[in-house]
Amino acid sequence: MVHSGLASVRYHRGMANLTRADVEHVAFLARLGLTEAEMARLEGQLNHILEQYAILQTLDTEHIPPTAQTIELANILREDVVQPSISVDEALSNAPERSASGHFVVPAILGGEGGA
Amino acid sequence: MTTAPAEAAKGALARYEAVIGIEIHCQLKTASKMFCGCSTDIDGAAPNSHTCPVCLGLPGTLPTINKSAVEWVIAAGFAIEAQTPPATRWDRKNYFYPDIPKGYQISQYQLPLAANGRLTFDTSAGPVTVRIRRAHLEEDTGRLIHQEMAGRRASLIDFNRSGMPLMEIVTEPDIRTAEQARRYAEELRLLMRTIGASDAEMENGQMRVEANVSIRPIGREAFGTRVEVKNMNSMKAVERAIGFEIERQAELIDGGDKVRMETRGWDEPSQSTYHMRPKEEENDYRYFPEPDLPPLMTTPEWLAEIATRIPELPSVRRARYTGEFGLSSYDANVLVNDASATALFEGALAVGAGVSPKLLANWVTGEYLRLAKGDAGGGSVDPVELAALARLVADGAISGTNAKEVLAEHYASAAPVASIVEARGFRQISDSGALGKAINDALAANPAAVADYRAGKAAAVGFLVGQVMKATRGQANAAMVQTALRERLEAAE
Repeated sequence: MVHSGLASVRYHRGMANLTRADVEHVAFLARLGLTEAEMARLEGQLNHILEQYAILQTLDTEHIPPTAQTIELANILREDVVQPSISVDEALSNAPERSASGHFVVPAILGGEGGA
Repeated sequence: MTTAPAEAAKGALARYEAVIGIEIHCQLKTASKMFCGCSTDIDGAAPNSHTCPVCLGLPGTLPTINKSAVEWVIAAGFAIEAQTPPATRWDRKNYFYPDIPKGYQISQYQLPLAANGRLTFDTSAGPVTVRIRRAHLEEDTGRLIHQEMAGRRASLIDFNRSGMPLMEIVTEPDIRTAEQARRYAEELRLLMRTIGASDAEMENGQMRVEANVSIRPIGREAFGTRVEVKNMNSMKAVERAIGFEIERQAELIDGGDKVRMETRGWDEPSQSTYHMRPKEEENDYRYFPEPDLPPLMTTPEWLAEIATRIPELPSVRRARYTGEFGLSSYDANVLVNDASATALFEGALAVGAGVSPKLLANWVTGEYLRLAKGDAGGGSVDPVELAALARLVADGAISGTNAKEVLAEHYASAAPVASIVEARGFRQISDSGALGKAINDALAANPAAVADYRAGKAAAVGFLVGQVMKATRGQANAAMVQTALRERLEAAE
């Protein structure tokens, strides 16, 4: 994403009313297959939640710094020391399917974004 | 370096200007993973043998930050002249893909550990400076293999790589040529190796280079449509892939077509890029602050302590070698670009009192690197021994030709230089009495050569030198022999 304007991307969307398209988009991002009825119900519920936030937004927070953490901790670091891993069998014990080589096996994924 | 695609790209560059941004991921050199204690020594390990509930992303687990990984990124930030924020934190980058079992990658979004840096490097057209937007810390993903299994297509996952500490370094779109892109990546790799943050071997994925490439008519401000290029597994591939991509885009536009926003991969066998997937819109990663990790304050004391661990950087070292020692910038580059050469040169300098840095540099850039590059068995040269050898040559105690043989033998066997010289009988005869006899014999035995020299064939002295060297089994000081022969031949006239 070298050219993308990082600054232009915000953590949250604005407080405007959620449209049906917004709900469909969020459902897609969460990979939820929703029925028409569920979509309609959630549109109402999500907008209700946003309305509560809109009320919170009327409060004067000028002297309160933005908070992403409620626990007053900082700089919790671990020394770079190796600890034992678990066994391959243990690691694979929840796998839907495993290969003879000791891999997790999942349905073919091609194309996706592929992280880092 | 001229390659076919790079050559072709020059044609495109006459009409268009390329705009290139580079993203580099480097695996950091820590013993344990980013957020858990699993070992990072995963090369060749059995699949899923280096995992735990944290790096498998099991519910209910909590990450803890590896202090070394943080310090490497801060150190890298210093090396690229970036700013370290007083407070930093981690964010979740949300997406669904089987290589990331939690459904999100812990990364840094708003407050990277390093921001607004730059890197200057040499190119065939002179030095270039590229602005670096940010360097941040994140966790690596698992490794996927796509293959047929019992007649259906399946994806196989190995989570050994999951949670390895990764540093992502992103440039501004300041790069204009394929060569600049390669040189930037090479200089960054050297920097990472110099500070010790990463081994940065591209071949095994410790360093991954991705480029965003677009072109625009020369003189236009607006960017063209960009294409992301991946799968470049060597520095050569970086230059060729980008050169190819510039030319491909130019041909599309010249032919009236449009460049599509897409991700393309470099295919080494065909020396071309191929379509991997479309990129119609920016991904919606829904970044938000990682609630499981507290923020990190970078105190001035901590930063100062990290700064003391940073060794001399390549640019400073090059300047010292050319300025203080009078080395050519070519030699300084050769020394600085190879870690073993730098170590040998610095080590020999430290013990080699009385031997000029230039002389030592010649040995390292010449014979040593020739041995190291042609080597299959992985020998080495002890700096103390190299200094001793250079001194023997400088003192005229052994010939330059023999000294090369001594170095080769030392490189292979690690035997001390002194005992090799002794065993091979390489010590030169610089004693004029002993040489005198050999010279007399040669003159007496070769009247024809003597006559030739006196008749004006100055080259005949070379033949006579050769005869003396042969008689002394190569141990005579050739320079002394030649001088003495000339004196004798001219005096007797």
